Amino acid sequence: MNKPSTARRILTTDLPVLLIVIFAMAPFAWMVLTSLTPTAALNATGVSVSPAGWSLDNYVRLLQQTSFLGNMMDSLIIAGGTVILGLAVAVTAAYAFSRFRFAGRKLLMLQFLLINMFPVVLLILPLFVLMKNVGILDTHFGLILANATVAIPFAVWMLTSYVGAIPKSLDEAAMIDGCSRLTALRRVVLPLTMPGIISTGIYIFITAWNEYLYALTLGGRNVRPVTVAIQTLIGEYQIEWGLLAAGAVVGAMPATILFLLVQRRLIGGLTQGAVKG
Amino acid sequence: MPYMLLAPAVVVTVFIVFMPMVQAVVTSFYDLILWKPNASRFVGFGNYVKLFADPVFWTALWNTVIWIGLTVPLQMGLGLLTALLLNREFPWRGLARALIIIPWALPSVVIALMWRWIYDPNTGVLNDILIYLSIVQSAVPWLADPNLALYAVIATLTWQGFPFFAVMILAGLQGIPKSQYEAASIDGASSWRQFVHITLPGIAPVLATAGLLRVIWVANSMDVIFVMTGGGPGYATHTLPLYAFVRARQNLDFGYGTAIAVTFTILLGAIVAVYLARTMREVER
Repeated sequence: MNKPSTARRILTTDLPVLLIVIFAMAPFAWMVLTSLTPTAALNATGVSVSPAGWSLDNYVRLLQQTSFLGNMMDSLIIAGGTVILGLAVAVTAAYAFSRFRFAGRKLLMLQFLLINMFPVVLLILPLFVLMKNVGILDTHFGLILANATVAIPFAVWMLTSYVGAIPKSLDEAAMIDGCSRLTALRRVVLPLTMPGIISTGIYIFITAWNEYLYALTLGGRNVRPVTVAIQTLIGEYQIEWGLLAAGAVVGAMPATILFLLVQRRLIGGLTQGAVKG
Repeated sequence: MPYMLLAPAVVVTVFIVFMPMVQAVVTSFYDLILWKPNASRFVGFGNYVKLFADPVFWTALWNTVIWIGLTVPLQMGLGLLTALLLNREFPWRGLARALIIIPWALPSVVIALMWRWIYDPNTGVLNDILIYLSIVQSAVPWLADPNLALYAVIATLTWQGFPFFAVMILAGLQGIPKSQYEAASIDGASSWRQFVHITLPGIAPVLATAGLLRVIWVANSMDVIFVMTGGGPGYATHTLPLYAFVRARQNLDFGYGTAIAVTFTILLGAIVAVYLARTMREVER
């Protein structure tokens, strides 16, 4: 076997990869450039590619003239609440699934997998009616519950595989030493699963932060998460692309940064299930 | 004991998933317009009968088939190519892998608006580039042309979804033992034959699982279409879930909208069943 030369590697690997990276990055990069071009310049000469024409004008307007910071707060409360609710109920469920063999186990697991696939559109209309009747329409709590329809089944499945990877003998040993089941769960299993819990939590946070249809339908007036707010930045008579782009960049930032921080572990967890087949 | 531990998760999901689901099925048997709740009446399968006579339903169904039939293979093809490239050795591999996944982490609203801006007939950069390269003579109204709009949205969704396939397939590729390739190349197998006889069988399970998951996901996802075109022009980009949503949202015609949603769910159910059967086999092992 001859070792391929560096030139050849660049031609057959680096260059195609570079093209794909550009393809993946270009639309967002274009959005960033748009957000940096002041509106007047945007209408006159188009997006400014050189740094000479850049300014933070759109961002200043975004923060001063719109309620975007308040919208970020709404998103933060909803996404954070979904993480807490989702993890809280999923941790014990995952422990039960991985440590006990009981009647109906398969059926219950199937149920959680099934609701993960439910079309949003099937749930969104009845949820609207139900929440209207209970009076939690357009509240943080209502949107947290709506997001939990996705978050809980996902978290149960992810955590079941994480807890399953921890040897049973560890919590058995703890119980022989006099711990109860729940103490063993809290003292032994939880600390060991912490990396898994954190990445599941971050994934839930990203999904809830990015969620749009529930936010639009079940919220929108009092509670307006960024995904809905970005759309309202479209001007009344003419689309204000500069302002819109600034909103999009700021709105996408938290989820994207979180994602880049944990992407390695997150992808490991997500792909595990698919690879074992 | 296990039932106690499971109770919180089960109770919450019963309230926020199963009750609404039952409610949805019930609603679909009623003629219910939200702003006149007192005029609501039981119509049995009336909404479903109406549905089968509704030309928009058939348009939307056909659009959904094209939507899934083009988007998933395109995502998979591009994802496979990306994964094969990322599986090679080169210095900035970690960086490339992180950057390629970015589209996946962006909110779909941002993606939809971003592409609307790119596709814009007057100021969009795509037309500028194509005119500069003389591929087209005049600006193309990508999202306003009924013959193009659906494909323009499919292109956007392909861009959004291919990284998912790339990371899944990459993980599959890394699970294939290197020794198999070494043995094959000693036996004189060309790299194409190695690809067909080692790589493809090695990643077949991943392709199947990821493909099924993606079909379900792509079928359900309507937020990108909703923001990009709202289903228009005309009904050119209506898919079934979008039709249900638009119908319920604009006319507040919840009875009919839910009937569409239930029909869509039943159709999707067939694909879901295949996926569930696969996954549950895993769990048993």
